[in-house]
Amino acid sequence: MVTNMTESPASPVEQPAPVSAVDPVAIRPTVPPPARTVPEEGVAAGAIEVRGLNVFYGAFQAIHDISLTIRPNAVTAIIGPSGCGKSTFLRTLNRMHELTPTARVEGSIRLDGTDIMAPEVDPVQLRRVVGMVFQRPNPFPTMSIHDNVVAGLRLTGRHSPAELDEVAERSLRRAALWDEVKDKLKANGTSLSGGQQQRLCIARALAVDPEVILMDEPASALDPVATLRIEQLMAELRQSYTIVIVTHNMQQAARVSDETAFFTMGEDRAGYLVETGRTIDIFTNPKNQLTEDYVSGRFG
Amino acid sequence: MRTVALLAALICVVPLGAVILFVVINGAPALNLDLLTKTPKALGTGGGAATAILGSLQMIPLAAVLAVPIGIAAAVYVAEFSGSRSARIVRFAADVMVGIPSILVGIFVFTLLVLPFHQFNAFAGSVALALLMIPVVMRTSEEILRLVPGSLREASLALGIPMWRTVLSVVLRTGLTGILTGVMLAVARAFGETAPLLFTALGSRLVNVGDFGKPMDSLPVFVYTNSRAPITALNQQAWGAALLLLLIVLTINVAVRARSFRRNVS
Repeated sequence: MVTNMTESPASPVEQPAPVSAVDPVAIRPTVPPPARTVPEEGVAAGAIEVRGLNVFYGAFQAIHDISLTIRPNAVTAIIGPSGCGKSTFLRTLNRMHELTPTARVEGSIRLDGTDIMAPEVDPVQLRRVVGMVFQRPNPFPTMSIHDNVVAGLRLTGRHSPAELDEVAERSLRRAALWDEVKDKLKANGTSLSGGQQQRLCIARALAVDPEVILMDEPASALDPVATLRIEQLMAELRQSYTIVIVTHNMQQAARVSDETAFFTMGEDRAGYLVETGRTIDIFTNPKNQLTEDYVSGRFG
Repeated sequence: MRTVALLAALICVVPLGAVILFVVINGAPALNLDLLTKTPKALGTGGGAATAILGSLQMIPLAAVLAVPIGIAAAVYVAEFSGSRSARIVRFAADVMVGIPSILVGIFVFTLLVLPFHQFNAFAGSVALALLMIPVVMRTSEEILRLVPGSLREASLALGIPMWRTVLSVVLRTGLTGILTGVMLAVARAFGETAPLLFTALGSRLVNVGDFGKPMDSLPVFVYTNSRAPITALNQQAWGAALLLLLIVLTINVAVRARSFRRNVS
């Protein structure tokens, strides 16, 4: 019944190089990046290829045979009804699923050509390259705004205070939060509003200089104004990062994403990929009836 | 029915007030500068409890140094790393340990650290107190660690911060005030323990500063020995020391509970 209509045909080599309006050298931090996977020649940094992904929680299969190519320097939205495995899928991309003891994964996920599920890949190192922003803002309550931003650096190595200050300012500027907090960097991170807290969490993720940022419904706990700011921010961040966002909100997916993948739940309650493609195609000219029903609001 | 229950409730409250009143009335006249600063006379009357105060102030910090890291580390194991089965076993053991008569701990440490050396010693006293403190620290810390939201662990791990660093700098840091509460309650408990010290540090009328290989006095043992002495002046000192002990323990308890009460309210 559910078919995978668009098995992504392109090998990564055929994909166009990302066009960036901003010189990537100028906006990349000067902090030496943590050890990361070396991209194969011709593959842009932050390209993800998922092939035949199955995810199980114990005996329950949460995701069924998903293959998906995620373009670098673009926003890919994962949409679909509740319980279709969107968040599970996202969490496998930086192996956060391993925090669930019963979770088990089959298939391959390649980041710039390297299989991230390989036993020699350290999930701790992987998560410095593939960062994550969560549904509810979760700043560290014992840390100041400044310390929250640089937590990923401060707790993983030695950095001079000047270096940390620099990274904090740059990350907060990129997260469009600097002007609001520059006079109270010593204040507690939880003293900010919900929307500010979420941008603080984005700044925190940016500070470790990832290639990919995973966002799990990053605006669903925020008011419309704060949501708009997060969406504007994503449009800017796309120039330097690969962004994968899970969202319930179809308008949001249509507004912020370049590519959309539509998941649904099969009769066995496992998540399937129905269709993937350019966002404009998915929303205006879907190939699959299920997709059309979902994006037009007839189900889900 | 209601009246009976009310009476029972009163009986629960009254002893606390009665004990405090009794100790204050009897101890207040004896709680003076001499008691706090003078050492016991070799014979007869006079002197004070300085030896015992110094002893308690040495043995309890050492006991805390031994017990706090172990108690917190055990709590981290149970709350962060273990499966539910081993967590249940450790938690059960700690709960039973809290209820074990402290004199048994005293006898245990006596056979372990006193008999082989043919010498009562303060180190054995600290070990005995530490054994009583560990389960208290462990249980309270564990409860606190369970209250630290999982989203903070996820946030930290998602930044590429290793698990051990996440536990130290995010989880324990977030629960720090609650863990300190548990530590202070354990210290308060150790202050009042008498039986395990009788078998280990024994008590002494000599000033002992820093020699943990020798017997050492402590406030509860001072109360015990002096209250048994057939000399009224020494009995008076026992009352004074008892009041001092009461003040120390009550202060710690009230301070800790007032703080956690405020936190719960706000």
